[in-house]
Amino acid sequence: MDAITTLLQSYDVPAAFWMTVKLTVLSALGALVIGTVVAVCRVSPVGVLRGFGTAYVTLVRNTPLTLIVFFCAFGLLNTLNLSLAPAGSPTEVVDNNFRYGVVALSVYHASFVAEALRSGINTVPQGQAEAARAIGLGFGASLREVILPQAFRGAIAPLGNTLIALTKNTTVVATIGVAELAYLMRGMIEFNPSLLYAIFLLVAACFVLLTLPTGLLFTALSRRLVVQR
Amino acid sequence: MSVPAVLFDEPGPRARARHRVLGVVGALVILALLALVVRGLADPDNSQLTAEKWSPFLDGETWTAYLLPGLAATLKAAGAAVVLSGVLGVLLGLGRLSQARVVRGVCGALVEFLRSVPVLVMMLFVYYFCIFVLGVLGDTSTFVGVVGGLTLYNSAVIAELIRSGVFALPRGQREAGLAIGLTPRQTLVTVLLPQAVTAMLPSLISQLVVILKDTALGYIISYTDLLRSGTTLSSAYGNLIPTLIVVAVMFIVINYALSLVARLVERRLQTARRGPRPVDGAVPQGAVDAPAAVPDGTAVR
Repeated sequence: MDAITTLLQSYDVPAAFWMTVKLTVLSALGALVIGTVVAVCRVSPVGVLRGFGTAYVTLVRNTPLTLIVFFCAFGLLNTLNLSLAPAGSPTEVVDNNFRYGVVALSVYHASFVAEALRSGINTVPQGQAEAARAIGLGFGASLREVILPQAFRGAIAPLGNTLIALTKNTTVVATIGVAELAYLMRGMIEFNPSLLYAIFLLVAACFVLLTLPTGLLFTALSRRLVVQR
Repeated sequence: MSVPAVLFDEPGPRARARHRVLGVVGALVILALLALVVRGLADPDNSQLTAEKWSPFLDGETWTAYLLPGLAATLKAAGAAVVLSGVLGVLLGLGRLSQARVVRGVCGALVEFLRSVPVLVMMLFVYYFCIFVLGVLGDTSTFVGVVGGLTLYNSAVIAELIRSGVFALPRGQREAGLAIGLTPRQTLVTVLLPQAVTAMLPSLISQLVVILKDTALGYIISYTDLLRSGTTLSSAYGNLIPTLIVVAVMFIVINYALSLVARLVERRLQTARRGPRPVDGAVPQGAVDAPAAVPDGTAVR
C-alpha cells in the first residue's frame, strides 16, 4: 500500500487516466460514425459502395493497430507533413500525436463497429424489411426508420465488446508518445524497478475500473433494450 | 447475408438509373480520395512514389536480411503464444467449469482480471519482470515479454470460448455421460470438451488472427518483429511509407487467409451438424453474459 501511495504522490496518475478516458470517448464517437457509414455501405443496393464497405472491413481488420498508428504518426504526420494542429502553437507536437491517435483508433475500430452493426442487421427479421417496403418506404427510409433502430438495439452486446477492446487498445498510442496509462507505466517502471508489482497492479486496476463497469452496463443494456420477438 | 437482399426491392428502370448514378458518384469520391493520397505521396517534397523508394523491395537482400527474418520472428512469437495460451486456456476453462467452488471462483476471477487488462500492459509487465526480477536481458527478455503478454491475455479469451462452448451443448450430452457411469470430471474431459472445442473452432481460429496482429505490439518492447525490421529497413532507405505498405500487405494476406480458413471450417461444421443450429450461426445459448464469444464468431482483438 505504501508503494502505491508513493507512486500516486510522485506521478500524475489521474492525468494519465483522464487521457485514456479522453482517447476512449473521442475514438468511440469517431468509430461509431465511420462504422455506421461503412455498415450502411455494406448493405446498400449500389455495388460500388458495397465493394468499398467490404474492402474497408477486410483491409482494416487484418492490419495490426500498431501499424495503423504508425502510419498515421510517422507516415501522415512526419513524412507527408499533414498537421492536425495549428503550426507554431506551443502544444503542436502533443496535439498532433493525440489527434492522430484518435484518428487511428477510430479508423481501426470502425471496422469492428461495422461488423457489429451488420450482425445487428442480421438479427432483424426479414418480415420487418418486407413490411417497410410494403408500406412504400425506399431503401434509405426503411433503413433509417425500421432496420437500423432495431439493428442498434440488437448490436449492443458486440458494440459493448468493441468499446471494451477500444478502451484497452488506447494503450497502443503510447508508441507515439501520448501520455496515457501505458506510457506512464513504462516511465514509472524505468525509474522505480523495485515497485514493479505495485505499478502493474495500479495500472491494471485503472483498466479494470474502466472496463468492468462498461461490460456490466452493456450487458444490462443489451438485456433491457433487446427487441422482444 | 440474406437480409441485404430484402432491404430493397428488385430495382426497376428508374431505381437502376439512380443506382448507376450513385455508383458513379461513389466511385468518383473514392477515386478522388485515392488521387489525393497519391498526389500527397508523389509530391516532390515527399516523393514516396519514386523508383528508388520502391526498388529496395526488388532486391533479394531486403527480404532475406529484414522482412523474412522479421516475419519469422512474428510467426515464432505468435506460434509460441498460441500453443501456451491454448494449454493455459483449456486449463482455466476447465477450472471455471469445475465442481469445486474454490477452483471455480479463483479461475473465474483470474479470467475476468486477465481479460480486462490490456495486452500491452501485460507485455510491459512480463518484459520488465524478466529484466529486473529474473535478470534476463536482451533478445530473451523481449521474446518472453511478447509471448508472456500474449499468453496471459489470450488464455483468458480461450477459457471463455471453451466455457461458452460447453454451455452451448445440449444438456443430454452431460446427462448421457453421467448415466453411463462417468464421473463429472470424466464427462467434462471426454464428452463435453471435445465437442465444445469443435463447436468453437471458427472462433478459436479467428483468435489466431488477433494473436498474430498483437505480436506487432512487441515493437514497443523492441522485439524485432516484422514491424520493427520494417522500420529498421526504412531508416536505411528513407522509404517509411512504402515499407509500411508492404508490411501491411504481408499482415493482411496472412490474416485474410486465416479468416478464410475459419469461415471454411464454420461452413463444414454447419453442414456436418445434424439438427437445427442454435441461433443463426451466432452466439450459442448461455453465452449471452460471456462477452468473449462475440456473435458470428468474429473476435474483437
